Amino acid sequence: MAAEDRNPGTPLARLASRRKFLADTGKTVAGVGIFGLALGLYSSKTDALPATALRPPGALPEPDFLAACVRCGLCVQDCPYGILKLAELGNDVSTGTPFFTARTGPCEMCEDIPCVPVCPTGALDPKMTDITKSRMGLAVVVDQESCIAFQGLRCEVCFNICPVRGKAITLEYSANKRSGHHALFVPVVYSADCTGCGLCEKACILEEAAIKVLPMRLAKGELGHHYRLGWEQKNQAGEALVTPDVEHKFNLPEGVHYDYSGRGLYVDQPGVPPPAPSPAPGPGAAAPGGSDFPFSANPLDSLNSKMPGAQ
Amino acid sequence: MATPLKDLGKDAIAEKGWFGAHKYLILRRISQIGIIALFLLGPWAGIWILKGNLVSSLVFDTVPLTDPMVFLQMLAAGFVGVGSTAIIGAVIVAVFYYLVGGRVYCSWVCPINIVTDAAHWTRRKLDIRQSAKLKPSIRYYMLALVLVVAFATGSLAYELVNPVSIVNRGLIFGMGFGWAALAAVFLFDLFVARHGWCGHICPMGAFYGLIGAKSQLRVRADGRANCDDCMECYEVCPEAQVIPPAVKSAPDGSPVILSGACTNCGRCIDICPNYVYAFGLRGLALVTPPTIDVQPETGANPQGAVTAKEKQIA
Repeated sequence: MAAEDRNPGTPLARLASRRKFLADTGKTVAGVGIFGLALGLYSSKTDALPATALRPPGALPEPDFLAACVRCGLCVQDCPYGILKLAELGNDVSTGTPFFTARTGPCEMCEDIPCVPVCPTGALDPKMTDITKSRMGLAVVVDQESCIAFQGLRCEVCFNICPVRGKAITLEYSANKRSGHHALFVPVVYSADCTGCGLCEKACILEEAAIKVLPMRLAKGELGHHYRLGWEQKNQAGEALVTPDVEHKFNLPEGVHYDYSGRGLYVDQPGVPPPAPSPAPGPGAAAPGGSDFPFSANPLDSLNSKMPGAQ
Repeated sequence: MATPLKDLGKDAIAEKGWFGAHKYLILRRISQIGIIALFLLGPWAGIWILKGNLVSSLVFDTVPLTDPMVFLQMLAAGFVGVGSTAIIGAVIVAVFYYLVGGRVYCSWVCPINIVTDAAHWTRRKLDIRQSAKLKPSIRYYMLALVLVVAFATGSLAYELVNPVSIVNRGLIFGMGFGWAALAAVFLFDLFVARHGWCGHICPMGAFYGLIGAKSQLRVRADGRANCDDCMECYEVCPEAQVIPPAVKSAPDGSPVILSGACTNCGRCIDICPNYVYAFGLRGLALVTPPTIDVQPETGANPQGAVTAKEKQIA
């Protein structure tokens, strides 16, 4: 290139410098962009919290938590039991965020919850002031085959260690079919009261705990949102919400009746009492009038009506 | 005439003694290590002067400090219900660096600075001269990217890999593979690019540079008449492009190093045997430079030497 072409004033030089600018900017943007893409992918990979890692009490739902937690570790340093850890680079938990592991260090459920107010950003919600309202996860009896209570042995350690004793975990009795004359005292967890502190998992006497605290997303099922449970709706409304069935009328001659429970048509005979009314329909069904209701509450009655020995 | 690399700092030591020629370097190391030590006093000795880590902390359990760049990332990630503690903390930190110079964070606080300084020192000792041509402006693209990724992922994604917070947090809470991040930065600066991480890539440096661009505390070259073009300050300065506008401007030009990229590390003050530099305020010299009779060597072309060396540095 001739010397005058490199002179900044000439059109050719301006074109060259513009090209150089565009090429340099393009290179930088491409390089930085590739880094950003990799970072985004890595970040989305670590978004899924492992099932054994539980967040401190009052933690916002995970997506909000990852936007709000600055990974300063103040909650870790204010936990009097030292159960909280900050995830290290290489952990499955998002780097630098706090978590605890129930089996090795469960939340001791301090009444003043010192880890929450110290959080500078509100990633641990300052509105969390009652530790029994926290939901760090949900205890689940994951293995009935190894839990010794299901074998008919008395254990009840999880029941007794539970800080919300008698509410979050109850013992429910049933017959011990193996021995035939003992009871099973089986632990049952209720999500309405379980805080997910993990004390039960820590205390479980097995080599590998049969009761484990899982994150809510794994522990809870969810009914389809369109589902309505009839009895609850009825209780809420104070009455049945479906129109009662219209009582069926047969156009029968005088003195002729229909017995729905199996006898079929019959004719009144002087001196013979009318047959016993059909079994009462269930409480949820539409109220029929007397014995003229066409169906038994027990569907087996109709199915068995032709069987020998049927009523 | 430019001092050969092997004689770097000898004139300054001869003039001011070893401690005088390393004053700010020593003070910076005390500051950097002291801050980590204060953070460690809590968990190790139960003395809670500083609690938390550099991202967010409590001084004496009362005064909150929050890294304003992380604060920005939270907003970009869509978390708008930020607690007041974090807001107050971010304002305190931002005002502090607005006054003393944002990149004071880089040279007086950031633990990575020790690593990159070590890489640069090793580079000099091994006489490694090759360096990838990176533009210092990459860091501004990085800063934009950090915010874009936070917005796109809805999380503080950069904090997953930010070596500054990984190392600081790691020293206090457990390192994990954080040593790998540390080694990566060291090797990058040693073999790939001169002043590569702090001078070109790090978005925190970009952010703090912007915060402190109008800071009051500045390095001033009021003694620039004493400059004998030994070029030692260019060799030690992590952002050498900030020097010529102050030292080599026209006589009526400002002697203040005005660029926000200057980290106020003070190495130029230490290394200069002729008292060209001193800390001062943007509009006020606090130190009067002594007058030294500079005798340029015959045949030297100071202006030409500077230009050649500048090109080599940039």
